[in-house]
Amino acid sequence: MEILWIILKIVIVFAVLMVHVMYATYFERKVIGHMQVRMGPMRVGPHGILQPIADGLKLFFKEDVVPEQVDKRVFYIAPLICLISALSAVAVVPFFKGFAIANINIGLLYIFAMSSLAAYGVVLAGWSSNSKYPFLGGLRASAQVISYEIAMGLSLVGVMMMAGSLNLTDIVMAQSRSPFKIYLIPQFIGFFVFLIAMFAETNRTPFDLPEAEPELVAGYCTEYSGMRFALFFMAEYIGMIVMSCVGVVCFLGGWNGPFDVPGIPFFWFILKVYLFIFLYYWVRATLPRYRYDQLMALGWKVLIPLALFNILLTGTMKSILG
Amino acid sequence: MVYLLFFYFSIVVIGLAYKVISAKNPVHGVLTMLALFFHMAGFYLLLNAEFLAAVQVIVYCGAILVLYLFVLFLVDIKSEVKTGPFIKNGAKLAILSSILLLLTFLRGVKNFSLGPHGHFTIERVQEITHTKAIGQEVFTTYILPFEIAGLILLVAVIGGLALAKREAEGKEG
Repeated sequence: MEILWIILKIVIVFAVLMVHVMYATYFERKVIGHMQVRMGPMRVGPHGILQPIADGLKLFFKEDVVPEQVDKRVFYIAPLICLISALSAVAVVPFFKGFAIANINIGLLYIFAMSSLAAYGVVLAGWSSNSKYPFLGGLRASAQVISYEIAMGLSLVGVMMMAGSLNLTDIVMAQSRSPFKIYLIPQFIGFFVFLIAMFAETNRTPFDLPEAEPELVAGYCTEYSGMRFALFFMAEYIGMIVMSCVGVVCFLGGWNGPFDVPGIPFFWFILKVYLFIFLYYWVRATLPRYRYDQLMALGWKVLIPLALFNILLTGTMKSILG
Repeated sequence: MVYLLFFYFSIVVIGLAYKVISAKNPVHGVLTMLALFFHMAGFYLLLNAEFLAAVQVIVYCGAILVLYLFVLFLVDIKSEVKTGPFIKNGAKLAILSSILLLLTFLRGVKNFSLGPHGHFTIERVQEITHTKAIGQEVFTTYILPFEIAGLILLVAVIGGLALAKREAEGKEG
């Protein structure tokens, strides 16, 4: 019986997530369109509301071209690694009180583990394509993700110390008991580091060097087409949603809000997640891309020392305040 | 159920370990090793050591293996696939070293006792969570080995920095 309930939960979360992924692309085009004084997609349905469905169908029916000289096995597995690692991370996210597919004690570490796996998909896609641009994209991705994962892990140590737990549900509970109700205020340095590392981890602008169009065509997914390309695309958007969920759970108080909305327990959670997603698009429409050495310098010389300082500060405050 | 999982992990780990060393293409070898590390994390989970399981995946899969991949990308894989075994008459040596290894294991098995050791029983670990249990043990009982390991790592970091620095200076001059 319990297994049935878990399977049902997985199906529900998967279905809802996929709809959100589809409409995240629509949302992105609309937001960026309006920021550039355009309308964005308008043709398919009223205000282009059916555009994601049209895009999905198009990608699904496109021919799947596999170049001749690729390492076939790795070429096929790479997008799956990306997608599966992104999807698995969703399993521990508590969407509202008492609702997570798996409420495990090491929730936060689990998400780190899964997001570090996503790098494999990108690196292997780059290598197996047997082509120069994807290869450079893959190398950039691996260096970038390893560097920024350290910064991201360290930025969340402050949260772990304040909550005294790695369980995501416990972190939300501990926040509602804390004086400020959210960790954003006492952990503002950690949040700042997390926010920047979040962009780098998901390979989004201004850190989208692995797929920088002007330099590398499309980076690691240059040789992919049709549905395989769509898998990378989905993985990227799920990754964004997961990172937003981590941000909401660790810094913005999870499912708690200023007042309870009756009947919709996940109201505040979704609202906060979309705040982060909007930030992703806002930054993409505003900031130019970083140069590669600048990206590395920022990660190692600014973010990691800042995160370490934050850990020291949190530890000192914790021992003073008891 | 636990035994079933244990046998599954054991068989798969042995099979994958063979695949890792028999794979001609080193990148395929690394990929198999990735799956191998995952199944080893499964063993930790069966032992209620969830923290170690997560750290296993983060450190070995997320960091070390990616660095291996990095190195492999710089190797000429096309020639690597064609090379034969490094040692001729490897079979005899393999049998000899297997026998020696087996003898060592047999000696070790004698000292092996079942059940939890020390004051951390399974219930206790589940109650205070494995992360806290391991933290307390590392920073109290095993603080000296922990600090020594830290010192060794520090030396390695300084060594790496010194090597990189020397090369950079050499290029300029």
